[in-house]
Amino acid sequence: MAANREFFNRKLHSLLGVIPVGAFLFVHLTVNFQATKGEDAYNKASEFMGNLPYLLFLEIFLIFLPLLFHAIYGIYVAFTAKNNVTQYSWFRNWMFLLQRLTGIITLVYVAWHVWNTTIQAKFFNAEVNFDMMANIVDNPVTLGLYIVGIVSAVFHLANGLWSFCVSWGLTITPKSQRVFTWITMAIFVALSYVGVTAILAFA
Amino acid sequence: MAEKKTIRFIITRQDNPNSAPYKEEFDIPYRPNLNVIAALMEIRRNPVTADGKKTTPVAWEMNCLEEVCGACSMVINGKPRQSCSAIVDQLEQPIRLEPMKTFPVVRDLIVDRSRMFDALKKVKAWIPIDGSYDLGPGPRMPEVKRQWAYELAKCMTCGCCLEACPNVNDRSGFIGPAPLSQVRLFNAHPTGAMHKAERLQTIMGDGGLANCGNSQNCVQVCPKGIPLTTSIAALNRDTTIQSFKNFFGSDKV
Ligand code: HEM
Ligand code: SF4
Ligand code: SF4
Ligand code: FES
Repeated sequence: MAANREFFNRKLHSLLGVIPVGAFLFVHLTVNFQATKGEDAYNKASEFMGNLPYLLFLEIFLIFLPLLFHAIYGIYVAFTAKNNVTQYSWFRNWMFLLQRLTGIITLVYVAWHVWNTTIQAKFFNAEVNFDMMANIVDNPVTLGLYIVGIVSAVFHLANGLWSFCVSWGLTITPKSQRVFTWITMAIFVALSYVGVTAILAFA
Repeated sequence: MAEKKTIRFIITRQDNPNSAPYKEEFDIPYRPNLNVIAALMEIRRNPVTADGKKTTPVAWEMNCLEEVCGACSMVINGKPRQSCSAIVDQLEQPIRLEPMKTFPVVRDLIVDRSRMFDALKKVKAWIPIDGSYDLGPGPRMPEVKRQWAYELAKCMTCGCCLEACPNVNDRSGFIGPAPLSQVRLFNAHPTGAMHKAERLQTIMGDGGLANCGNSQNCVQVCPKGIPLTTSIAALNRDTTIQSFKNFFGSDKV
């Protein structure tokens, strides 16, 4: 029983995608959304997050390590699939492909985003505030890349919630799975709105 | 009819398991209600390609000729299905025939589906009733449940669902949807349920259930309309519960 390593890894991968990584993405975008209410509101929210107790512990164990595991195992999973949407162009097969594509886009985006925010703050004494973000997205290219990154991360989370519900046996019947497609796509649209309007507030 | 109508076939051929595949085209005289197997028989009778070259007859497999054995499965116009029930009148022309390449190709359109039969053995897709003495009658199954289970029992191990699954390939050890659904079938049987935990443990092993990525191609291509993705989701629930039982140490069976 202890030998079911693959089963365990898959379940862990699935769980970490929602808790804590998905939950973190939700909180993160919500904090960013404060930027739409002005510079002060944003600085206050990000200061609150920056002053959470056990911050380093939270960052390492609730964000960095779970994301690292999910990303590395996710790449492995993505490359063991042989995508075949040209031959079988059904909706779910497209979503299957998009889940893998957005995972990889998100990984590239997150690495770049962490480099120009967290790494600068922790190792090069930069300060995380409204101006930092405003400087990053003050040209149309980086702003465009940020939007692509945010939308792809949000899609990955929303569609990931759909497959999470199947992978754990919550949604079994075709009907419940159809209803959840609508619900998760509504989550995609709503969170995309939150994420994109937030980044536009810095531009 | 003045002119003689013909049907063009483009067939992917392969001489032996290790040789390279190649394509050959054939023109078959049209008859109403022709099916793909009858067309292949026509080619066997007169193995001459569309450009007049004499060639070897195309090899394929068949048995029941009524879509219950699964032997004649091949990829027809890009979709895996049975050639005995593929009616030429209903197909776009030219008609493209290819072997199901997820499986090792033996020759032309013949593939080796052994991995599916091995998978059925692996998950114990049967109900053990043999004993060294008379075990007596087993528990009864409610009629509604029997009817429901019959739908799952229609699987003919044809391999179409494995062919369409993006996660069944040479880079992964995934057992594939058909044997998983059989686990659900035999676990639902009142006598089969006595080995429920054992079957679940097996599909929680490497190459098992967790390899499914929910692309749901399998359920789209299954010629028997087996609710494969419903089975997979139901087994996801069963294995989740089983893993809790394993970890927290309540009854394991
Ligand atoms: C913002 C960060 C991320 C979040 C919130 C997230 C969330 C999720 C969720 C909830 C799932 C569904 C799990 C399931 O199907 O049971 C999932 C699946 C997946 N994720 Fe992520 N993920 C993130 C980043 C990544 C990255 C960086 C990769 C790397 C390529 C990745 C690759 C995958 C793959 C391949 C799957 C499909 C797994 C399967 O169907 O078997 N994810 N993700
Ligand atoms: S739902 Fe799962 S088993 Fe079916 S085709 Fe997709 S990945 Fe394969
Ligand atoms: S589940 Fe359907 S497609 Fe798969 S082997 Fe059985 S009959 Fe064929
Ligand atoms: S010959 Fe048996 S399914 Fe076609």
